[in-house]
Amino acid sequence: MSIGAIPSRYRIRIDRDQCMLCERCIESCPYGVFRKNGETIHVDSRKCTACHRCIAMCPRDAISLLEHPIDYRSHPIWTREVRESIYNQARTGKIILAGMGNAQPLPAIFDRLLLDACQVTNPSIDPLREPMELRTYIGKKPSRLEIRRTPEGDLDLVTELAPNLEAETPILIAHMSYGAISLNAQKSLAMAATEVKTFMGTGEGGLHPSLYPYQDRMIVQVASGRFGVDINYLERGAAIEIKIGQGAKPGIGGHLPGEKVDADVSATRMIPVGSDAISPAPHHDIYSIEDLKQLVRGLKEATEWKKPVFVKIAAVHNVAAIAAGIARSSADAVVVDGFRGGTGAAPRVFRDQVGLPIEAAIAAVDQKLRDQGIRNEVSLIASGGIRESADVAKAIALGADAIYIGTASLVAMGCRVCGNCYRGLCPWGIATQREDLTARLDPREGSVLVSNLIHAWTLELSELMGAAGINSIESLRGNRDRLRGYMLDEGILKVLDVKPVGA
Amino acid sequence: MCGIIGVIDRRKEPMDGLRIKKALSQMNERGSGEGAGYAVYGVYPEYKDYYALHVFFNNIHETKDALDATLEQWGRIVHDEEIPTYEQPNLRKTHTPWRYFFKPDKKLMAWSKSPEDDIVTYLVMKINAERKGSLVFSSGKNIGVFKASGWPEDVANFYRIEDYAGYLWLGHNRYPTNTPGWWGGAHPFNLLGWSVVHNGEITSYGTNRRYIESFGYQCTMYTDTEVVAYLIDLLVRKHGLSEELAVKALAPPFWDEIDIMAPRQKMVAKALRLAYGSALMNGPFAIVVANQESMVGFTDRIKLRPLVGGTCGNRVFVSSEEAAIRAMEPDIEHVYMPRAGEPIIGKVIP
Repeated sequence: MSIGAIPSRYRIRIDRDQCMLCERCIESCPYGVFRKNGETIHVDSRKCTACHRCIAMCPRDAISLLEHPIDYRSHPIWTREVRESIYNQARTGKIILAGMGNAQPLPAIFDRLLLDACQVTNPSIDPLREPMELRTYIGKKPSRLEIRRTPEGDLDLVTELAPNLEAETPILIAHMSYGAISLNAQKSLAMAATEVKTFMGTGEGGLHPSLYPYQDRMIVQVASGRFGVDINYLERGAAIEIKIGQGAKPGIGGHLPGEKVDADVSATRMIPVGSDAISPAPHHDIYSIEDLKQLVRGLKEATEWKKPVFVKIAAVHNVAAIAAGIARSSADAVVVDGFRGGTGAAPRVFRDQVGLPIEAAIAAVDQKLRDQGIRNEVSLIASGGIRESADVAKAIALGADAIYIGTASLVAMGCRVCGNCYRGLCPWGIATQREDLTARLDPREGSVLVSNLIHAWTLELSELMGAAGINSIESLRGNRDRLRGYMLDEGILKVLDVKPVGA
Repeated sequence: MCGIIGVIDRRKEPMDGLRIKKALSQMNERGSGEGAGYAVYGVYPEYKDYYALHVFFNNIHETKDALDATLEQWGRIVHDEEIPTYEQPNLRKTHTPWRYFFKPDKKLMAWSKSPEDDIVTYLVMKINAERKGSLVFSSGKNIGVFKASGWPEDVANFYRIEDYAGYLWLGHNRYPTNTPGWWGGAHPFNLLGWSVVHNGEITSYGTNRRYIESFGYQCTMYTDTEVVAYLIDLLVRKHGLSEELAVKALAPPFWDEIDIMAPRQKMVAKALRLAYGSALMNGPFAIVVANQESMVGFTDRIKLRPLVGGTCGNRVFVSSEEAAIRAMEPDIEHVYMPRAGEPIIGKVIP
């Protein structure tokens, strides 16, 4: 017995009056939706992923796309997604893979937090006329200082400062590995990070030699597979990040399919061509917090204590206590990745069901670190589901020092969030290694798009701060008084330590 | 708005309250008649070794016994009495002001380096947080805060401020936006030796409050000013910074300025911003902070509130308005306006 075909997700139509048979749609679509037959273009809508490449490239706007052209009988519990997952698994007996972030229709807490502005009793500050400081230092800060007066009367700092990253904006670019994304995509991000004086993560994919010119703006990652890690790699990075977990798939490892491992990826990752790159679920040298401490200190020893070491974890239920443990491990920053964090590939059940929203995680971690008097021991970087400058402002007001953007930086380069990254056929040249596809992304153009985005968000953040009468990012950090919760329940408000609107 | 004023005699010569009352009333344009107050240093020479606790009782019969019992758990009440007050037609006496002279038992906090101060700080935080009808609004040795809801001259007459004398005075004329009519919301705010008067609104209050609370301070006054007293106490008393450096931490130079400093100076400025980023005070403010040894006036980093300094002989003046300084000292020798973030400091001559 067969289940038969499940309804097509999209329907593509071509306006035949407009179409001039230029065949750009055929060239654009790596999924094979279009083919020419005689004097018409034939369409196989079932292959469509809604990546929009054909629509973007059609010179006559002749292509239209409709989502869910065939409806199931509507049912509040037996949703389309639930039914289709069952059909898929009945047929394959396998775990369902999915791309990008959590697709559950849960409300984003960010959307229910409102920012403040000044009226009358204090003046708002105009960033066009007054200085506005967004410079962000990431790393350990002293909790008190020893300053000596020299016999000549000068002040001398006795306290030794730990190495910090200096970024001109609190917006950093998240770790996306070469392999998961193309080299051109990484180059675009690296050039953008250099341009706007921020930092980007390498992901667990090594550091390709063509990125060496931007290494001062790169955070190299050490994850459970240790791909691409050697002393050369560690020494080149501005900072080192140990990846324990990821918001899109807390508790499990990573999987780069062998098809994406070409000669160049293989050399950068230090693995054989065509082999699957499988990162184990845990680090097999970290079975407890004291083992993490050894790795942190080991990496610092290897790089002569000159670089900050970050530890990235997924936001899970006990995130605050875990972060407090990390703060005691000599680590310089904790990266917390919320359940909306994106990924090239994750089991759907993990992507949609495991973890916590980043808003609650930041609030809990920041409070725990303060309660224990160790907030200055680590910087807190929030990631996972940051979509606009207001999210950045809210994350910082909840207590984050800085944020990572991943998906947003890809969207800036054209990504339409189609969620098929794991198939390696990204028509925008981002999540693919196929040469004809990666050639579609010119790193110069890509870097302008990404640096424009970060620049624009940074400007908006300055305006939001100015309106709130704040001229330095430090005074927004943890300033929950400048947030109000709208349609959030009392329990959440308590966790966030935010008052409801009107209070 | 709000009008603030401060004066210190560096030789510790006492001044009575008459002139500061007159000076503060010069700034009624800046107030609304809903709060005024004075802090005076050197006011209780006969009890100078004891902590002078000034308390507002909602009423005596319900609350005083409990407060007495709490104090006696932690030390000895050397003397206590009602603070004399004189009825004023425009001032409603909603609290009974009381003063205690208190000697903490330092054995009870033997682990501390400054057990007496820490006991008093603990008691102030505890009593004010419990809100059982008593509020400690002044707790230093040889220091008294006198404040209420009303115009400065009414508050002064209510306490007969001219009957008190001291070498350092602060005054405040309030235009409240947060807690109008509440005596606890009037300035000066005080903790141990520190007193603060403040004009402005601290937009970083949430950040500052969460920072200071992680050191065990509790913000209980519903206003942003108290946090300044606690921050100064933390930075100077507990962390050992000089007053100048504490001001540099609270109202630091901009990064653009730090970037071009000489290397040594730059390291200190950078370290202050890294360590005390959460103590940085943002928003429009002019503040005068005092302790037994000194008085420091400073503004926010872009000077969104006025502050004027003046000197005359051994006296250093600071105020929102030049007119107020001139009312206090008609023969003033030198009056000037400091730049944003630049402190006006008056120190006792040792």
